[in-house]
Amino acid sequence: MSGGVDSAVSAALMKEQGHDVTGVTLKLWGGPQDQGCCSVSDVDDARRVAQQLDIDHFVFNYGEEFDRHVVSPYVDAHAAGLTPNPCIECNRHIKFDALVSRAKKLGFDFVATGHHARIIETDRGLRLARGVDDSKDQSYVLYMLTAQDLSMLRFPVGEMTKSEVRELAHHQGLRSAAKPDSQDVCFITASEGRTSFLSDRLDLHTADVVDVEGNDLGTIDAVELVTIGQRRGLNLGGNADRTYAVHVDVPSRRVVVGSAQDLLSEQVQLADHVWADKPYIGPVQVQISAHGNQAAGSLTANGNVQWVDAHRKVAPGQAVVFYIDDLVIGGATAI
Amino acid sequence: METAKLDRPVYLDCAASTPVRPVVLDAMMPYLTEHFGNPSGAHRMARSSRAAIDDAREVCATLLGFGPHEIVFTSGGTESDNLAIHGVCGPNGIAVCPETEHHAVLYPVESHNGRLVGVTSDGDIDLEHLEAVLDEDVSVVSVMLVNNESGRIIDLDAVAEVRDRCAPQALLHTDAVQAVNWLDIVNAARRADMMSLSGHKFGAPKGIGLLAVRNQVAVVPQILGGGQEAERRSGTHNTAGIVALGAALQCLDESRESEIARLGGLSERLASALTAAIPGCFETISQSQRAAGILQIVIEDVESEALLVLLERHGVMASAAASCASGAMDPSHVLAAMGMERTVAAGSLRLSLGWCTEDWEVEHAVEAIPRCVEQLRGAS
Repeated sequence: MSGGVDSAVSAALMKEQGHDVTGVTLKLWGGPQDQGCCSVSDVDDARRVAQQLDIDHFVFNYGEEFDRHVVSPYVDAHAAGLTPNPCIECNRHIKFDALVSRAKKLGFDFVATGHHARIIETDRGLRLARGVDDSKDQSYVLYMLTAQDLSMLRFPVGEMTKSEVRELAHHQGLRSAAKPDSQDVCFITASEGRTSFLSDRLDLHTADVVDVEGNDLGTIDAVELVTIGQRRGLNLGGNADRTYAVHVDVPSRRVVVGSAQDLLSEQVQLADHVWADKPYIGPVQVQISAHGNQAAGSLTANGNVQWVDAHRKVAPGQAVVFYIDDLVIGGATAI
Repeated sequence: METAKLDRPVYLDCAASTPVRPVVLDAMMPYLTEHFGNPSGAHRMARSSRAAIDDAREVCATLLGFGPHEIVFTSGGTESDNLAIHGVCGPNGIAVCPETEHHAVLYPVESHNGRLVGVTSDGDIDLEHLEAVLDEDVSVVSVMLVNNESGRIIDLDAVAEVRDRCAPQALLHTDAVQAVNWLDIVNAARRADMMSLSGHKFGAPKGIGLLAVRNQVAVVPQILGGGQEAERRSGTHNTAGIVALGAALQCLDESRESEIARLGGLSERLASALTAAIPGCFETISQSQRAAGILQIVIEDVESEALLVLLERHGVMASAAASCASGAMDPSHVLAAMGMERTVAAGSLRLSLGWCTEDWEVEHAVEAIPRCVEQLRGAS
């Protein structure tokens, strides 16, 4: 229970279904003054909801694991010029590994979370599917869950729209009914910002900005913060034709910028695949960011995505998730 | 999930808090009802409250080896610790304490150019290190008599001797919040210039404590207002709490010796049964070096956070390291200071006994804890 409305309603629904429910809030980051995720006020909200639902509530401190599996790799990825997705690493290592394995040890049958996704029984076993509310669907950040993982999980709000969730919370008088959705990376506060967060943890380097022909266009302050496809902050003035970062080379401290055309690519090279079943070859819908649109592509024999229509480049480090209809077929990391 | 069928939970967390003793509740009740007058007032109803406070102050003073004017009633241990340290450290003062202090001492000390003193692997203060950090600039040295996590007893006389030699101007404060239950406090704290106590650790309610301050020590008040407590701590007196504190201290004094024997026996039973039944389980502090009723064990390959959840399901309430603001368990800074690996310290469990502890609770825990450990280890 994060203190937000989705996990609160999930707990309420599980209890309504007759389960013996225990609430758990993860303390991952931040001190008492922190405004971000896992702040004391979030834990207060979660505890208060647990009291309202008359269920036990515990706070588990996974701060060290979070630092090791999420924050440090996030910083390292930026240092290497990659574009990491820390929410996915948190799901992979903390929520659906450390927490689930502790729940098993403690004798619990299921772990329910407030994610907007569904678990569907198919003739080839359990599958992850998009949540009913398209605009809130979180299946992208859950792609690493296998059928075996899913057997221990419940996503009670995946069958509901966000407004239905809020309505139910409101109806039950839950404290978090009107609480705004969380945004962005939980350990980076709005006041501090990504640049400041990273500059405290790694050396940021000035880089040359060149066009695709290699002509010098100027410099930028921190090559580690540039993402492929980025338009802002490249110190290029108003040249509309050359406003996208199309290649980032951290070791040589170089950012190549180009037109929208230069940003297009036919294929995405992928590694570290996770498959819902066995490796799949053939046409799929492909999603390359948490709330992005999907585009048509085809999985090749070596596990890469071949776009149907040339598509803007995917930043190395980003997760790429494959769907057939609403079902998650698998996912991987762009290289 | 198994839920133990018990009339009441097995409560082995007395170092965190104890229930109010019935006799203490009886003593304080009139001051929550008919004798509600503000003791600072001038009329008869005020005077009856005032008299109760004066009585309690004398009781506390006598039982602690201080004079009545040397007792400052506060809201509890944390406030007392803060008053002791902030109250004698000027803006440039330097405060010194061991790394194993409670955060109520550690943080105020750190705010005064704090110098931290290391401890030995068995939790004793490193006197050579203390000697090295003391000089003529130090204003206060604060050393806990009995550690709240490990139960380790510290010889305050030895600390005072080093202070006398290396920083005679420095005041010696002791957080005796746990110690008062387990030591002949008058003797153990005789060299302390200041001593903190907290009522709810020995049968008084939460929200009342005291700082005992020797007459020659000038403490700068941290709360200004009506000038109560001889201008050292303003705020309307908590009459009922103060009465309770006096009554609880009286009970404690009368029963301490027999309780140390009784609870020491139970704690020993816990220690020997658990270390025998659980492979990879050991006491962090040996019996002879710890308070009779505070037992800290470490269980290898077990996360205490998970163990506590399971123990609760089996009806046993205990704790591990200190809780942080969110309620999550922070890794123990005490065990870290003693040089214990974090991964090992993550399996710490504190079983603390008090006046309310009964034999059957210990027997239940002796059965339940190994079973919970087995479950956690078996599933991994």
